Amino acid sequence: MQPRILMCPPDHYGIEYEINPWMNRSLGAVRELAYHQWRALRDALVGLGVTVEVLTPQPGLPDLVFTANAGLVFRGRFLSSRFRHEVRARESPVFDAWFAAHAFGVEHLPETMYHEGAGDALFCGDDLFAGYRTRSDAAAHQWVGNALGVRVLPVELVNPRYYHLDTCFCPLAPGVALYHPDAFDAYGRKVLTGHVPKLIAVGEDEAARFGCNAVVVGKTVVHNSRCPQLAADLAAARFRSIEVELDEFLKAGGSAKCLTLRLDGEEAAGWKYRPAA
Amino acid sequence: MAARHVEHVEMSGHIVDSLLLPKVLDAILSRGAEYHIQEFRVGARQDDPSYARIEVRADAPAVLESVLAEIHPHGAVPVHPADCTVAVADLAGAFPDGFYCSTNFRTEVRLGGEWVGVEDQEMDCGVVIDPEGGAARCVPMVGVRAGDKVVVGRRGIRVFPPESAGKRHDLFEFMTSAVSSEKPKAVSVREIAAAMRRTKAAGEKILAVLGPAVVHTGGGELVAKLIRDGYLHVLFAGNALATHDIEQAFYGTSLGVSLEKGLPTDEGHEHHLRTINSIRRVGGIKQAVAAGRLTSGIMYECVKRDIPYVLAGSIRDDGPLPDVVTDVIQSQDAMRRLIPGVGFCLMVATTLHSIAVGNLLPGWVRVACVDISPATVTKLMDRGSTQTVGIVSDAEPFLRALVAELDKAGAA
Repeated sequence: MQPRILMCPPDHYGIEYEINPWMNRSLGAVRELAYHQWRALRDALVGLGVTVEVLTPQPGLPDLVFTANAGLVFRGRFLSSRFRHEVRARESPVFDAWFAAHAFGVEHLPETMYHEGAGDALFCGDDLFAGYRTRSDAAAHQWVGNALGVRVLPVELVNPRYYHLDTCFCPLAPGVALYHPDAFDAYGRKVLTGHVPKLIAVGEDEAARFGCNAVVVGKTVVHNSRCPQLAADLAAARFRSIEVELDEFLKAGGSAKCLTLRLDGEEAAGWKYRPAA
Repeated sequence: MAARHVEHVEMSGHIVDSLLLPKVLDAILSRGAEYHIQEFRVGARQDDPSYARIEVRADAPAVLESVLAEIHPHGAVPVHPADCTVAVADLAGAFPDGFYCSTNFRTEVRLGGEWVGVEDQEMDCGVVIDPEGGAARCVPMVGVRAGDKVVVGRRGIRVFPPESAGKRHDLFEFMTSAVSSEKPKAVSVREIAAAMRRTKAAGEKILAVLGPAVVHTGGGELVAKLIRDGYLHVLFAGNALATHDIEQAFYGTSLGVSLEKGLPTDEGHEHHLRTINSIRRVGGIKQAVAAGRLTSGIMYECVKRDIPYVLAGSIRDDGPLPDVVTDVIQSQDAMRRLIPGVGFCLMVATTLHSIAVGNLLPGWVRVACVDISPATVTKLMDRGSTQTVGIVSDAEPFLRALVAELDKAGAA
């Protein structure tokens, strides 16, 4: 089946508020450059055979480009995010409308919980690895695990620079993942090493360039530029590495993965290889 | 008993594989609090969620708050039970059906969203909410008045079990094993003496529950000395203890047996009846002391030192002495009134009174039960007074050793 990814062009992208340590309104982002980088990413994905679905950008929603945070896709179900910050919660009706219009069953978490979708919940094999504290709640992940009938393994994100799990952990295939060890505490590292047989560590410099925020299509990994060690480690693990310069989005604390939402299941998600029970 | 601040939290989901449970438990301990896992269900398969209900305890409210704030992000959320359920008593002297039956452990009920401590904690009672709804207390069945608001069911009630064995090191370290006649008594006596000294130093009362064998075995003067030395502050007994104590003062005998010679004396079997009659003729024990008729013994010391006592009657009593309360309900109430402030209870040589008092005592009052028969101590424990340490010993040798131990400490 052809990979399908949801993206939103950066027509209204900008640094209009600061909700993570990367954002600095005084620096701003160059929209033309952002658009150029976004197109390069889209083209790279299309080149890999991906069908890119385009969400219509909305004025006043600068972070709508980060479709990974729309929600969590599981088969034909879309668990809509409960954003911690009001500025992003306004994106949810837009995402919900798109998914409803595209034959997904749209579901919502209880209002008392925060959950930021595929930004904080990533399948690796049959397990749903889930980041909590900064944005999503551990209890919300447990709720999701229960709702989907999967084992969820919440790990605490202890470094505010890596505020979403997809900024420091990237499943490549069942049992294989990238991670930045310093984003987790001892418990989290033990959970990851205990449940992911092959973990590729990404060093501090390349993690800070959001090397872990990568898009996986088949055996190809698309990630931000100037991550030579990561590219070498991926090659050693028999993955092809494609670098796309995405620094305008790094200013908002996002990169390749944040700009995409896999609609047919990530490559590493065990469930996509099995029919629904 | 130290005030303990407690909250219950629950965690559910994949809390084992994700190490969230150990992480939470570690966080509780590292912040100086304690946990007790009250319920734990492990998911049978890897996709099945697990569940843990955890009691978090801290010595100070600030510590508890910081622990709760720390563990909340890991998914340990406070259990928010509803207020307790209340039914109005339709009859005097009986609870509504389904009444909550109390234990002797510290208990709180939830009223208007707040946890409120239950006063007059006592086992086998009901809990009555005051008309304003801000306080709760244990009330025995006979004490129920029509219209009382009585707690029913189990919702909105939390019971604090006694400290774990590991926390008992400050008192009764030897309490971990059952009663035995083969324990080294010197160690037990030393610990009881230490507990009595601590109770006295803390300004709490020491309660003695004594049977007549205390006097029969020649221990009366030892108890009198404990009173003189300030180690007994409340006395519960029956007609017999007081009668034989006074008989000894009047005739030098107990049940007609000379306490000097150990032999029955002529007409000795009449001594206790003549004793009771004499006291009845003057109107009571206090009057006998005031008249200069009673000049020694346990009851004399109680009167001289204003030690409150309750003499509870029974159907086999001779006389009885005018001081004896012959209505058992009134006896229970009289004892209840004297229990607040008791920190330690010494029970010697009485099965019936020991069990009766054990029923009235809150679980945090430590009890030493001394009896020649191991069954007495076992019975006490079986009826829920698990805070009891038992010593199998005749009364007088135990009291002699206890007085010597207390004297040793006093001299030190």
